[in-house]
Amino acid sequence: MNKEYVMGNSAIALGALAAGVNLVSGYPGTPSSEIIETIQKYRKDEVYLEWSVNEKAALEVAAGAAYAGARTMVTMKQVGLNVASDPLMSLAYVGVKGGMVIVSADDPGPISSQTEQDTRLFAEFAGIPVFDPTSPEEAYQMIQDAFDYSEKYNTPVLFRPTTRVCHAYASVEFDDNFHAKKYDGFVKDSKKWVIFPRLSYNNHINMVKRNALIGDDFSEYIMNTVEGSGKKAVFASGVSYAYAKEYLQGREDVTLVKIATPHPFPEKLVLPVLENCSEVLCFEELSPYVEKQIQRIAGVHNLSVKVFGKTTGNGKLAGENSADYAAELISEFLNEKLPDKFDISDMPDLPVRPPVLCAGCPHRASFYAVKKAMEGRKTYFCGDIGCYTLGNAAPLDMTDTCLCMGAGITMAQGFNHIDRDAVAFSFTGDSTFFASGITGVVNAVYNQADMILCILDNSTTAMTGHQPHPGTGRTMMGDIVEKIDITKVLEGIGLKKIITVNPFDQTKAIEAVRECADIPGVKAIIFKAPCIALFKPAERAYISEKCVQCKKCIKEIGCPAIIITDGKVAVDNALCTGCGLCSQVCPVKAIGGV
Amino acid sequence: MNKNILLCGVGGQGTVLASKLIASAAMRSNEIVHSAETIGMAQRGGSVTSHVRIGANASSPLIPYGSADFILAFEPAEAVRNLNYLKKDGIVIVNSVPVKPVTESLRSTGYDGTEMIEYLRKKCKTVIVVNAEEICREIGSTKIFNVAILGVAIGTGKMGLSKENIISEIETRVKESFREINLRAFEKGEQIGAKYEIK
Ligand SMILES: Cc1ncc(C[n+]2csc(CCOP(=O)(O)OP(=O)(O)O)c2C)c(N)n1
Ligand code: SF4
Repeated sequence: MNKEYVMGNSAIALGALAAGVNLVSGYPGTPSSEIIETIQKYRKDEVYLEWSVNEKAALEVAAGAAYAGARTMVTMKQVGLNVASDPLMSLAYVGVKGGMVIVSADDPGPISSQTEQDTRLFAEFAGIPVFDPTSPEEAYQMIQDAFDYSEKYNTPVLFRPTTRVCHAYASVEFDDNFHAKKYDGFVKDSKKWVIFPRLSYNNHINMVKRNALIGDDFSEYIMNTVEGSGKKAVFASGVSYAYAKEYLQGREDVTLVKIATPHPFPEKLVLPVLENCSEVLCFEELSPYVEKQIQRIAGVHNLSVKVFGKTTGNGKLAGENSADYAAELISEFLNEKLPDKFDISDMPDLPVRPPVLCAGCPHRASFYAVKKAMEGRKTYFCGDIGCYTLGNAAPLDMTDTCLCMGAGITMAQGFNHIDRDAVAFSFTGDSTFFASGITGVVNAVYNQADMILCILDNSTTAMTGHQPHPGTGRTMMGDIVEKIDITKVLEGIGLKKIITVNPFDQTKAIEAVRECADIPGVKAIIFKAPCIALFKPAERAYISEKCVQCKKCIKEIGCPAIIITDGKVAVDNALCTGCGLCSQVCPVKAIGGV
Repeated sequence: MNKNILLCGVGGQGTVLASKLIASAAMRSNEIVHSAETIGMAQRGGSVTSHVRIGANASSPLIPYGSADFILAFEPAEAVRNLNYLKKDGIVIVNSVPVKPVTESLRSTGYDGTEMIEYLRKKCKTVIVVNAEEICREIGSTKIFNVAILGVAIGTGKMGLSKENIISEIETRVKESFREINLRAFEKGEQIGAKYEIK
């Protein structure tokens, strides 16, 4: 055994390795990305690992291997499960042979996500079990159990940590003497592995019956716990359990129930608790999932217990819980008084800090070029998801829409079809292009849209922590492979106008945009310059005495490295990367050094 | 030992390394440690925090309000933003050099951090104000403040962590080429912290 101070995501990875996982696939997404990065660090040669092109691909790769009896894990953030939902829903009917765990990390807050969706509901929707760890230490053990249950019932299972488990650190004891599982291979049987209406009908019935059995099994699962006693009970799941536990530390007069497996619900464990209680508080994040289960059980068994939670106004409708919120809710539930807090109601106005593009980010230059080129023209700027979503902020203000990965390309077509007088743009990162942009381009060419496709190629998946992708030529197995060339992909689809330009060469970049704006059809501009996190140039900009303090550089590009010190424009040397964009913006050429 | 330490600042200031050094140094003395980090969108210049919790009393990764023994603030306004985590008699160590958001340069509200420092002094029993720019200039690197502020905290003698353990952690976690300069920054911070008599 070994003991290390690791992140929750690393604990999940180490647990999967200890469970003998044979294949791991996934697509990056906060807060899940470090799981695969940890597998890469600790895996032995016998474990296959990949960043897949998107979540649907990842899930299907893993399903194939699991049909052959291998143990597989797929990782993604919660919205990734939407992309993977097509194979997931069907896979739930077909089932697997080797244990297959789909990790879908939820993000209450949301802290770094588009939605506050709840993977527990997805588990119920798909009809498969879900595990909900409360801490990194628990996650290490629970993911191993998840593999065992998956194999026991021949079903894929979901595992849904939340941000505060994924990005919490703890000292975790782990087994570092792991070996991948031996598996006997795929056995052909089309009645079992080929989904057809008849098979789905039969398996649907089996799934419902089986889930009832799993619910009984889960009632005995050691991670579902009942602590303390008393007429009042707090039901909690995920990290909310840790918050509740912190408030109730060492108390025996309140019942605390931890629901580690929300679906199928451990009803047999919970029923006696409810029969003995007068009041229940459900403390959970995202949807009132446990709460609705308790309401249902109380109704079916005609119990007189009162159930409080989100649906009764005793819980947040959105956002994450915290130790303080637990204290607030539980003390009210128990009619207790809380100790006084530090009163900071008189604090001065604090500066707001929306996230911004880094100093030297090539995306800033790309947006600025398009903005300059299109001055005075009617435009639609359809953004997408990645660091470049931050192009929405003032002063750039270059993102009119952002919906989900890949949507920029297709939404621009919608704007174009209903308004032919404007110029429709889409902005798509390189990772996003491979993940879900290509089909949108095919759609545009086939359906004769007029649009300008801007690919912001910074040679990485920056927002989620700089993972490689098909355009980088590096794989998670450590191989250097041929890069998939975005230009060739676009040529293959049939684009006639494709311009590649360095966004920091503003003159050429602006020219490229103007040129494309006046030709019909689908045109592409590939703005190519690496993310500054990948390479840092050594020069710094400096403001010379020629500066007339017009502050145009600040007002136009909003770079965090240009600041005002003692009323004068200055360069923050700790941040400047010497990209030179500001020197091209300055009307009197006062910025030097780059 | 039970200690809650909150580190706060702006994405890119290096709070994560400082919290890792504290946590792993505590582990060297066989303490149970939990922590929580801001990772994701906010790392691009937004407000970030690291909660470090040492001891068996902590079951959750986030420090409850009113329970932090220390706030190590890399930026004045961030100290104020997180002040409700501080214990009544907790210690605040704060960098006086503000990070002005881009929006501030555009609107010019006049934010320069002084009002924040005054407020901290008014509200808290012990506030140690350090100037990161001066320290960095003296040491000769803009990237060492995270280790310097840790030195200040250790220098107060109230962290309950051994200096040797922190130094060993710097030696194992910091890249060789930056090790020497980080050790110097730590020593410098420690000297500053040692000057404060805290009851
Ligand atoms: C369906 C889905 N999967 C994953 C994510 C997480 N995610 C956010 S941005 C991003 C990709 C960013 O890479 P890229 O398009 O290259 O832009 P960059 O951040 O490098 O500018 C990913 C995978 C998501 N938001 N939605
Ligand atoms: S990490 Fe890279 S892509 Fe993201 S904002 Fe910074 S420079 Fe731009």
